Amino acid sequence: MTTVALKPATMAQALTRALRDAMAADPTVHVMGEDVGTLGGVFRVTDGLAKEFGEDRCTDTPLAEAGILGTAVGMAMYGLRPVVEMQFDAFAYPAFEQLISHVSRMRNRTRGAMPLPITIRVPYGGGIGGVEHHSDSSEAYYMATPGLHVVTPATVADAYGLLRAAIASDDPVVFLEPKRLYWSKDTWNPDEPTPVDPIGRAVVRRPGRSATLITYGPSLPVCLEAADAARAEGWDLEVVDLRSLVPFDDETVCASVRRTGRALVVHESGGYGGPGGEIAARVTERCFHHLEAPVLRVAGFDIPYPPPMLERHHLPGVDRILDAVGRLQWEAEN
Amino acid sequence: MTVMEQRGAYRPTPPPAWQPRTDPAPLLPDAAPYRVLGTGAAAQADPELLRRLYAELVRGRRYNAQATALTKQGRLAVYPSTTGQEACEVAAALVLQEQDWLFPSYRDTLAAVARGLDPVQALTLLRGDWHTGYDPREHRIAPLSTPLATQLPHAVGLAHAARLKGDDVVALAMVGDGGTSEGDFHEALNFAAVWQAPVVFLVQNNGFAISVPLAKQTAAPSLAHKAVGYGMPGRLVDGNDAVAVHEVLSDAVRHAREGGGPTLVEAITYRIEAHTNADDATRYRGETEVEAWRAHDPIALLEHELTERGLIDEAGIQAARDAAETMAAELRAHMNQDPVLDPMDLFADVYAEPTPQLREQREQLAAELAAEREGTHS
Ligand SMILES: Cc1ncc(C[n+]2csc(CCOP(=O)(O)OP(=O)(O)O)c2C)c(N)n1
Repeated sequence: MTTVALKPATMAQALTRALRDAMAADPTVHVMGEDVGTLGGVFRVTDGLAKEFGEDRCTDTPLAEAGILGTAVGMAMYGLRPVVEMQFDAFAYPAFEQLISHVSRMRNRTRGAMPLPITIRVPYGGGIGGVEHHSDSSEAYYMATPGLHVVTPATVADAYGLLRAAIASDDPVVFLEPKRLYWSKDTWNPDEPTPVDPIGRAVVRRPGRSATLITYGPSLPVCLEAADAARAEGWDLEVVDLRSLVPFDDETVCASVRRTGRALVVHESGGYGGPGGEIAARVTERCFHHLEAPVLRVAGFDIPYPPPMLERHHLPGVDRILDAVGRLQWEAEN
Repeated sequence: MTVMEQRGAYRPTPPPAWQPRTDPAPLLPDAAPYRVLGTGAAAQADPELLRRLYAELVRGRRYNAQATALTKQGRLAVYPSTTGQEACEVAAALVLQEQDWLFPSYRDTLAAVARGLDPVQALTLLRGDWHTGYDPREHRIAPLSTPLATQLPHAVGLAHAARLKGDDVVALAMVGDGGTSEGDFHEALNFAAVWQAPVVFLVQNNGFAISVPLAKQTAAPSLAHKAVGYGMPGRLVDGNDAVAVHEVLSDAVRHAREGGGPTLVEAITYRIEAHTNADDATRYRGETEVEAWRAHDPIALLEHELTERGLIDEAGIQAARDAAETMAAELRAHMNQDPVLDPMDLFADVYAEPTPQLREQREQLAAELAAEREGTHS
């Protein structure tokens, strides 16, 4: 048995390591975006890459999101694997035309002749006290676009593994980075970072019997905290981390809900038209006869992302999750 | 006391010296569209090139007519004709070498055909049996782009990637006058100039974006002037003078190939037909305007030059027309066959591996199709 040296590492460090390893392993991997070179990105995720691999491999582009993604399309057409950084969630919107009209459908419109292996890294979500346009959760827009994979890590190990998998994917991947977890630390083996399951697998982060919390990205730690708090009251909550929104792992999610009979979806983005509606519908369609209560959602309010001094009222927190769990009427079971 | 209150005592220091970049020096476009035909310069033109251009123009005109006819027979969903613009389409294709890439807009099927693409494959998008009827890598022709100007950054990215790899590749991207107002046009030109990418942008200024004339599209002195702000040369050319377009584009391609960076070429031409077969051009322009442009027809201009110089005779003209007629007959014959479609293709190539969700939907469609077959058999 080999002993593994686990050390504390942040999610940002794991992402940097994933980029570096991917670039070292494959000379066609190119990192590009605003400030990714000399500065190393505003979150320092690309730190040191320009120095190590040169400016042709880690490029400070002009300040133009459509241009960044649009030129990445052409580079991918010529056989490169661009990894594009959008500086903040709400600044990816200028690139949506390229994303939706070209990136997502190039494989399909060319009958498989021209796949686009582009990774689009988008720091997303709130909780960092950002001013307007720095805290959006845009995952529903991406999920609604066929041809894109949409993944989001919630742990340091997944940040590494999922990003490597995204870069290796022959399809475009929108890689959502929960920016409030960038500095969250975890013990991790930086000498031998491990890959993860292929894209599209959810994972049970905490087993339980009373109800399933279905969540992802920035809401995972909140759900785990809620599950711990719930234990004091005799509730035994299972927590499923989706990791991938497209494709969606019906199997893991439904197996869990069939075990617990109750489900609650938790995410930051607005509830109306949000991912939770889709997930609740899927769970209901597949597990109806196992359900002892309607599938509930705890989401952000259906408002433009609030100013930083009010965001704590908007973000799903432990109390709101526990209230909803109460509404699942688990008492009957215990 | 603030700085502003210290009147007289405060002496602002001048800002550090700043000079606008003036290198490369002359970026301003030609004052008038560059012409060869009908000028003394025509005498220098290579007879072989003139004959080749002529044959392609005649073929292109016939192709436009045939494709338009196919819309009337319901064989094409829609066709945006380039009748009157053949010189731009043909020259764009001919100036490229085998390894170079063409990035056409939805109007530029003819450029793709002139580059050697099978005419039926070029029309797949417009017939409606699939979006792209060919392998872009095989022909080095990007898919015809329907959203305006969005293919321009692709051309820049591809050219940039090729140069990083050390390959000798130039990309030529085509866009209409209306498309120059889009943000992607700006971003593409800016990236191209900053990266000194080997790209040529060809704007076909055919007077209108559907119904909107150029004057309502831009206040710039010319579209070629836009190049100046990006730091690349702009060229203005008579888009109906095939020899001039060929020469200007050749210069630009050579410049790009030699590491000189991008060029913006504006070709002044005119859309003789309506925007597409579905459009009514009489609502926004008069017949006198169209007639004036018919008198400046790209084929007639070149035919005149060839005849004047004794480079072609009646038999030669007839041979070009016959070749075009053969192409049209073949195209008709192929297009009159119903394409064989497989509905299950709907689920192919959305992802490298279908998602579990798509697999389920594929089974659903397969069951529906099976039920349909049984229904017709019973
Ligand atoms: C982004 C986008 N907006 C609108 C349209 C609809 N549209 C199709 S063609 C066209 C006019 C284009 O004019 P121009 O760029 O001058 O090209 P031309 O048709 O004259 O070749 C418009 C508005 C479109 N295809 N894409």
